[in-house]
Amino acid sequence: MNTNVEAIPMVAEKTPFASIIKKNLREYGMLISLAVIMIFFQYQTEGTLLQPLNLTNLVLQNSYIVIMALGMLLVIVAGHIDLSVGSVAGFIGGLAAVLMVEYHWHYVPAALICLVAGALIGALQGYFVAFHKIPSFIVTLGGMLVFRGLTLALLAGQSVGPFPPEFQLLSSGFIPELINGEGLRMTSVLIGCLVSAGLFYAAMRERANKVQYGASAEPMVFFTIKNLVFAVAIIFFSYLLASYKGLPNVMIVMFGLMLIYDFVTNRTTIGRRVYALGGNEKAARLSGIKTDRLSFYTFINMGVLAAVAGLIFAARLNTATPKAGVGFELDVIAACFIGGASATGGVGKVMGAVIGAFVMGVMNNGMSILGIGIDWQQVIKGIVLVAAVFVDVYNKNK
Amino acid sequence: MPVPRGIGAPDSTQMYGGEPVGPILEMKGITKRFPGVVALSNVNLVVQAGEIHAICGENGAGKSTLMKVLSGVYPAGTYEGEIHYEGRVQKFDSIRDSEEQGIIIIHQELALVPLLSIAENIYLGNEQGKFGIVDHEQTHRRTVELLAKVGLNESPETLITDLGVGKQQLVEIAKALSKKVKLLILDEPTASLNETDSAALLDLLLGFKAHGITCILISHKLNEISRVADSVTVLRDGATVKTMDCRETPICEDTIIRYMVGRDMADRYPQRQPNIGEIVFEVKDWTVFHEQHADRKFIKGVSLNVRKGEIVGIAGLMGSGRTEFAMSVFGRSYGRNISGKVHLRGESIDVSTVSKAVAHGIAYVTEDRKGYGLVLENEIEHNISLANLPGVSSHGVIDSGREFAVATDYKRKINIRCSDVFQHVGNLSGGNQQKVVLSKWLFSGPEILILDEPTRGIDVGAKYEIYTLIAQLASEGKCIILISSEMPELLGMSDRIYVMNEGAFVAEMPVAEASQEKIMRSIVNAGKN
Ligand SMILES: Nc1ncnc2c1ncn2[C@@H]1O[C@H](COP(=O)(O)OP(=O)(O)OP(=O)(O)O)[C@@H](O)[C@H]1O
Ligand SMILES: [Mg+2]
Repeated sequence: MNTNVEAIPMVAEKTPFASIIKKNLREYGMLISLAVIMIFFQYQTEGTLLQPLNLTNLVLQNSYIVIMALGMLLVIVAGHIDLSVGSVAGFIGGLAAVLMVEYHWHYVPAALICLVAGALIGALQGYFVAFHKIPSFIVTLGGMLVFRGLTLALLAGQSVGPFPPEFQLLSSGFIPELINGEGLRMTSVLIGCLVSAGLFYAAMRERANKVQYGASAEPMVFFTIKNLVFAVAIIFFSYLLASYKGLPNVMIVMFGLMLIYDFVTNRTTIGRRVYALGGNEKAARLSGIKTDRLSFYTFINMGVLAAVAGLIFAARLNTATPKAGVGFELDVIAACFIGGASATGGVGKVMGAVIGAFVMGVMNNGMSILGIGIDWQQVIKGIVLVAAVFVDVYNKNK
Repeated sequence: MPVPRGIGAPDSTQMYGGEPVGPILEMKGITKRFPGVVALSNVNLVVQAGEIHAICGENGAGKSTLMKVLSGVYPAGTYEGEIHYEGRVQKFDSIRDSEEQGIIIIHQELALVPLLSIAENIYLGNEQGKFGIVDHEQTHRRTVELLAKVGLNESPETLITDLGVGKQQLVEIAKALSKKVKLLILDEPTASLNETDSAALLDLLLGFKAHGITCILISHKLNEISRVADSVTVLRDGATVKTMDCRETPICEDTIIRYMVGRDMADRYPQRQPNIGEIVFEVKDWTVFHEQHADRKFIKGVSLNVRKGEIVGIAGLMGSGRTEFAMSVFGRSYGRNISGKVHLRGESIDVSTVSKAVAHGIAYVTEDRKGYGLVLENEIEHNISLANLPGVSSHGVIDSGREFAVATDYKRKINIRCSDVFQHVGNLSGGNQQKVVLSKWLFSGPEILILDEPTRGIDVGAKYEIYTLIAQLASEGKCIILISSEMPELLGMSDRIYVMNEGAFVAEMPVAEASQEKIMRSIVNAGKN
């Protein structure tokens, strides 16, 4: 069948460099937008945005959204949605407060119970979605009301606090300084350097692998520049944080989870199966994938991450209030869609969702510094969400 | 020229039915690029008014793309070249534009809304009535007329889901007729039809021709082309190879094949020496009830056995239950209240879920590649590894090098035409998508391979390669069950043939005693009883 194939053009076009730029623009489009938004606010706020104190706050404020976005991304890729995460996070915060403040439990068992409770809540909702085919929109809309109500009931309408100081460290603590006590936190800078070196090394190895098995990889120059930029950015941010109090504990948790979920979605069989499930459930089932069970697991996972977020948020406020977590689901879902997830399932990236969360976070933070009222903030955020998805879809169709 | 030339008419013009006619369509120098691929390069196509013009070519040659360019699916400006239609240069921006000019296309993948009725589908986007209020009576009346024209004996209220593919195809044609059609384009209309239905459809086309409708017909079934086509254009690798006139000298299939694949093909089926052993796979008393109508028995006590190294064919008409039978055996993927036994090497096995069936070495290659076979938004390599992820991973972590190697290997072995295995399967041509589904199941390393219309939409050259692969698997001692609506394929490949009719086997014969007539006769006789 290979006769004459050479004679006739069915070959790749010969503009590798331009097409690489184009491909990367699309892949890193969101990251570039984030950078642009940051530069914009950095300029508008006259440098306040990237001040070490504000940057630290930015990370603290967004950690719980990012963490929930990790779980939401899997749910969305699997072809579902979870509207209940804000209420669940609030409920878990309330549960933690009741256990630790009213019953004086030690914070370790209390937190563990909270995570288990999150898993059970996820399992309960997932059970109806996965095994009884009730649309997730409906089940979790119900869940949203139920757990908001239960939070109110649990806290008897009151705010409960404060938490034990060790527990507060989860949100307000920073990693201990081992090298020098005063001034620049060298440990944090060091960790930043190590992380960026590690990521650089991982990227190099992946590229080397690709070259080895003969897949086309991007040119070395381009690859190096791109990854150097990443590395420098990471070191730069850790330097900024280090000049305040160092890396927040929460950030370590968040970063660890990000890496884990990125790995799970890109490199493991379970991640692959979730994408197949969302892309074409029937084909996935006929390929021997237990689609029902897989959907069920994505909800359990979401429940646990919502619990983690609930704990972090409660620790940050140092009280549990009945209104905690209201509206979180909107930010979380928006983060996933801004980050390129498809509403019909099967498409989306963990790093995209994280970037999406930071786009929302930087805008929240920047606009607050600028003194823009909550009214216009919402208008602008809504427009950005639709615009981001519009650009994404438009590019894909072109 | 069979038709006398009109006096004083220009050279290319012929007299037809008293009116002077020439080419209705000329596509000149069409070039269409996709990112990284040139799908069409400088293609020329001339279609005379009132003829049936066939387009042939291998999978991925660019046939469907050319028709999408013509019908405005790819709007003017996204390709290079000119389209002259009815004497004018046309720049279609959408399907609607081309439909207004009487160009109607029926795509390779049917585009009907499953949960709407026949009448609603036919008039979708073109609803009968005034001020946005649908006139049901008029819709009904016109649909009845249209259905009579295409010879479909169904009520206009029947839902599309309740129709077989063959009948759906007729609904598509009726839909085309509901608009004022001058040029009808059919992209592989008979790919999923059996011989009888195909013949009926071709007769329909001949009838249209008598009414002055021009047809462009894309097909991989060369016998059909030599039966109805007035001229044939062959595409290869995105370029025009040859246009042949078949009115003067009837065209022979081998000539078309030579132009398509660029060489002679001696045989359509590989030679094989069957080496058949003991019974390996057995299905006993298999009974299945209809998925929606739980009281309707769909598969009625079917028993089947396959020996080691044997290729067993299942013949039958569309809707006879072959697919449903296969799917219900494959992890209860179809139907309810399933009863019966499955034996592997004499021992009863549990095939109640797909993963259990796969674990026992059963693979089912679906006939519906878009619905059940592929994840269109995923890469080729991801689709190929999907049914056997453990085969490319260790401890749940995927080894992307191994995955790439596996996919590239299949790409080479059965000649999947793509830029690389990272291409999304949604962008492949129909035939190449079929090859991806096949690769997926070959990679699962099956002992029992159930192939449901495995060569649907596949070109002659690639068919031969797939047959060779099937023959090789059989010679390795695998059991093959081949479901096909193409009788020559069944007769050419099988060792033994079961005939299915209305959910039951009505005949079983070794291939030496089988013939097309005998199979048809057993179906007809069963219908009488
Ligand atoms: N949207 C797209 N993006 C990228 N490549 C495409 C796209 N559509 C088609 N192609 C490529 O263009 C080529 C021609 O495809 P086309 O569907 O026209 O083939 P075909 O002749 O109809 O084949 P078949 O007989 O298998 O249906 C193929 O190589 C295919 O991969
Ligand atoms: Mg095609």
